[in-house]
Amino acid sequence: MIGTNRYIGSPVERTEDLRFLRGRGEFVGDLAPEGLLHAAILRSPVAHGRIRGIDVAPVLELAGVHAVITAAEIGAVPVIPLRLLPLPGTERFLQPVIAADRVRYVGEPIALVIADSAALAEDGVGAIGLDIEELAPVVDRRVSGAGETVLFEGSGTNLAMTFTATCGDIDAAFREAAYTRREQFEVQRHMAMTMEPRGVLAEWDAAQQRMTVFGAAKVAFFNRDTLAGLLGLPASSVDLIENDVGGGFGARGEFYPEDFLVPFAARHLGRPVRWIEDRREHLIAMNHARETDGDIEIACRRDGTILGLRGDVFVDIGAYIRTTGLIAPRTLTQFLSGPYRVPNQRITTQALLTNKTPTGTYRAPGRYEGSFFFERLLELAANDLGIDIVEMRRRNLISAAEMPYKLPLLDPGGPGAVTEADSGDYAEPLDRCLAEFGWEQKRALQGRLIDGRYHGIAIACFIEGAGAGPKETARLDLEADGLITVYVGSAAVGQGLETVMGQIAADTLGITLDQLRIVHGSTPYLKEGYGSFHSRSTILGGSAVLQGARALAEKIRVAAAARLGVEAADVEFVDGRARTKDGRALTLVELATDRLRVDIEFSNNNTLTYAYGSSAAHVAVDPGTGQVELIDYVAVEDVGRIINPLTLHGQAVGGIVQGLGGAMMENLVYDANGQMLSGSLADYLIPTATDFRTIRAFALQNHPAPSNPLGAKGAGEGTIIPTGAVMANAIANALSSFGATPTALPLSPARVWRMASTRAQ
Amino acid sequence: MKPAAFEYHAPATLLEAVDLLATADAAVIAGGQSLMPLLAFRLAAPSLLVDLRRVPDLDTIAINASGVRLGAKVRWCDIERHDGLATTHPLLREGVSHVAHYAVRNRGTVGGSLAHADPAAELPGIAVACDADIVLFGASGERVVAAADFFTGPLSTARQSNEIVTGLRLPAWPEKRRWAFREFAQRRGDFALAGVALWYDEDTLGRIGDAHVGVIGVSDRPRRLPMVEAMLNGETINDELIREAAARAAQSVDPPTDLHADPDYRRALVATLVERALRAVNAAGH
Amino acid sequence: MRVAFTLNGESVAVDVEPRTHLADCLRETLRQTGTHLGCEHGVCGACTVLLDGAAVRSCLVLTAQVEGSAVTTIEGLSNDEALTPLQTAFRTHHGLQCGFCTPGILITAHALLTDEPDADADRIREVLSGNLCRCTGYINIVESVLAARAAYRARPR
Repeated sequence: MIGTNRYIGSPVERTEDLRFLRGRGEFVGDLAPEGLLHAAILRSPVAHGRIRGIDVAPVLELAGVHAVITAAEIGAVPVIPLRLLPLPGTERFLQPVIAADRVRYVGEPIALVIADSAALAEDGVGAIGLDIEELAPVVDRRVSGAGETVLFEGSGTNLAMTFTATCGDIDAAFREAAYTRREQFEVQRHMAMTMEPRGVLAEWDAAQQRMTVFGAAKVAFFNRDTLAGLLGLPASSVDLIENDVGGGFGARGEFYPEDFLVPFAARHLGRPVRWIEDRREHLIAMNHARETDGDIEIACRRDGTILGLRGDVFVDIGAYIRTTGLIAPRTLTQFLSGPYRVPNQRITTQALLTNKTPTGTYRAPGRYEGSFFFERLLELAANDLGIDIVEMRRRNLISAAEMPYKLPLLDPGGPGAVTEADSGDYAEPLDRCLAEFGWEQKRALQGRLIDGRYHGIAIACFIEGAGAGPKETARLDLEADGLITVYVGSAAVGQGLETVMGQIAADTLGITLDQLRIVHGSTPYLKEGYGSFHSRSTILGGSAVLQGARALAEKIRVAAAARLGVEAADVEFVDGRARTKDGRALTLVELATDRLRVDIEFSNNNTLTYAYGSSAAHVAVDPGTGQVELIDYVAVEDVGRIINPLTLHGQAVGGIVQGLGGAMMENLVYDANGQMLSGSLADYLIPTATDFRTIRAFALQNHPAPSNPLGAKGAGEGTIIPTGAVMANAIANALSSFGATPTALPLSPARVWRMASTRAQ
Repeated sequence: MKPAAFEYHAPATLLEAVDLLATADAAVIAGGQSLMPLLAFRLAAPSLLVDLRRVPDLDTIAINASGVRLGAKVRWCDIERHDGLATTHPLLREGVSHVAHYAVRNRGTVGGSLAHADPAAELPGIAVACDADIVLFGASGERVVAAADFFTGPLSTARQSNEIVTGLRLPAWPEKRRWAFREFAQRRGDFALAGVALWYDEDTLGRIGDAHVGVIGVSDRPRRLPMVEAMLNGETINDELIREAAARAAQSVDPPTDLHADPDYRRALVATLVERALRAVNAAGH
Repeated sequence: MRVAFTLNGESVAVDVEPRTHLADCLRETLRQTGTHLGCEHGVCGACTVLLDGAAVRSCLVLTAQVEGSAVTTIEGLSNDEALTPLQTAFRTHHGLQCGFCTPGILITAHALLTDEPDADADRIREVLSGNLCRCTGYINIVESVLAARAAYRARPR
């Protein structure tokens, strides 16, 4: 039981806001230590090539340039290890921290120029003479799969990994089925696109032989260990500091080449070096995501009961396997059927290498793509069978009685290969969504032409897996000033971590928020930590803080009891004071000299949680321009336990709009030579304030997670999942008189116009 | 994305500015809303920037019997705030209301937009649709170029490297003139995927005369569509004429392919926008 | 080159290369890092400041061009003692998450409400369409600006 519950469940205003609103956030680009030098990166201008020569002589002559670092200065160029799923065979396809003799994507780092200012460093980059023999670029996953040009000589293949998910007897299911439908779908390459580009500031203390790196995020401890290994230093000599972070969404904070190159440069020069990514770089250097196509087939009974799902899926993962590069293909394979009961499955996913920017996790990796594929197929099946589209979902949702529900078995194995949907009633958010949306009233609009626009509605259901282990760590110290400092290994990426951890600690200890300091993410304070990904911070970090706070409360009672000469059981710790029955009390300040401290870790044994929900959309399509107006969007998600409804709602809405960007407008376009054409924010379009005006999100906490003391399920990645699916289905329904069958994202105006420009016979 | 280095001067007079342009490889800057991104991407790397900010008398809006004259340094926000323009030249006012965003409108200028000549920009389209004149000043003094001759290709104009755009002259706009402006962009403030600025005058029998149909975003420069104009002239507006004019407009353009749109789609957009513009004129009777 | 201007009410003089844009002058030379760089090509609006009272993208203004002008940044719209009504509205309505786009949004909202304290949601959205945010989805930003109007209406114009 939580103590006061004064904060948990309340829309507590964020402590972070006090600095962000004043422009006093401290992002890595805001740091400028004494003696700072600036780095800029020469990146490969070609998609595939052999480096014949790099001429840096002209650069070294430029005023203000201190050094140029290429593979030659580094010597034996190390590769970046995988953080997740380091499966056998993947070692062949890891990215070297700098290109040595080969370049495999436009944007691959070739040299680092360090100068007195960022402008001078950029001048230096422009002065480098580069001789590259171009090789045939592989820009399409089909060409990659055919294997005529292999990106990694000696490996003999461009197939980085194959994942399979199976359950039941797929052949029998398709033999028995009265109805089958097979379709091909594709989701385009797009990306997280954080508002703050990346940055790294490294300081080398030669006397102490210590490296300190600023600008860390997400998984500072793993990156600290990785960097230490790559630099040949003990982990205890390396610190990664998490400053304020301008969005992560799964992409920022992984170990990128620059996370080695900048510290290397700092040590090489003996001066602090700062690299701040510019937006042009960001679009080709930060992890791409989601480029997937699939050929999938559903088998059903006449009444719409799904019997089976089979298919082949192909993911274009870019030129190297990045630290999290295999997560999306893997998750998609296991979760293609989402929250639905599909007892017989065989899904095979190939992760293929191409000469494009490498990919990694991006909010609900694999789930977004899978939802689009499966929900489109469900809609087609419902229409073919004459079954109401809501009924199609209701009939096939995993029911509460079936919990916990075993999901398909994944191969190769690893954490989560065997997993089950843990708790919940998937019909509850469906019903709530239908009610809030006004489905019954809006039904009549389906496919109708009103004032020159076609109207359509659709609904989709999703599950969000979260809470990847193994654990999270926390430390609580009662300081001399009577405040309690809580250190937690979780990372802040803008999600309100400080406030949420504060709420949990304050309620457990029965104190107020202003009696706490929360410190997160950076490596110096904890021996180990695990970070923020897979929406795990509240589940694991929050649980660690909860248990740590309980333990500290106990220590406070014991210490007070000793001082006051009573039994610990006779001491109450309430409102920041330890009281005996006879009214004597000690404040936290008075107890501070006892130097009370708790080190704790919380493990969930890799038992994942599954939040779940439903989303509905109402669109109006202008056939003359292909413009789609979103008239209403409603999402309902059961997150197990709501800690802060204000920040939770913010996450839900933010995820929806981010997903709508992918559904409608974002696209990283490559030409036949592997040149990335979406080179600026005028070409890579993300939603603005006028694009999606009505977004309504509701949260439920009817079914807590059984696997952590908070009962919380991850809540940052759910609402993005069905956005592509529900928009595609709503548009298909709006344009049903044209026989429109969208199979690809984004649903750009040109694509939508095309769907509305020929009538079905 | 820092620009390559350059020298910078902010001369006090137009003559000094023109003199400075005689230096090889100079660029003119006023609001900077189009030039600065080019410099940031190092798509342009002039060795000298000549800033017009101190040059006087380029920022006036003058309305008289012969029409509207906009000085080159007149900004979008100045046009928005000018009391007279909304009624004196409603097409200009409407077209300009689509330009970019709030902060850009506080800096972007008439001269900058004309000199930059983006094929999808509103003001060049209005200039061509209205038979405007662009006024230039160079080493040999003032020169006037008709808008139809001024825009020569994407980001390309008849301006010599030692000339400065000093203003735009729009012919007088009769109060009874029928007009409409329609553009389509994926998001508010984006460059138009296609846009139409059209107007015509009606005789006492309601017949269309002197039709001008200008399009942006569907060619290498803003253009008029003479075949559509010819189809409209002499006719009275009606549904069938509108449909035919729209279809003819689609056939009259040869749009480029880019990231956001293919030629077929742009042709369809032109047809849609011409149709909607003509219906709007007909209905509202501007 | 030397450029002298007023920053948040105080006279400043800097020595910068001609190519230094105002955003970098503020951030690197004057160490006022509240103004952020999100794209450096005039699209995202994170760098928005007030120049002689008008909202402008400081990455598209050369430092040289503000000679003699008055520049106001987020630091100039803030104080240590308390959040302003605009800032309070954003906190109450959760109009920010990572905080990176926030200074540009606050400056733009302040400029808008100063001129148009009765701006409705559509107008607010239209004006803020030039400020990109990736975290919030804009719903709460619009709510925040709507809530802040009361304070601007009360001001003498």
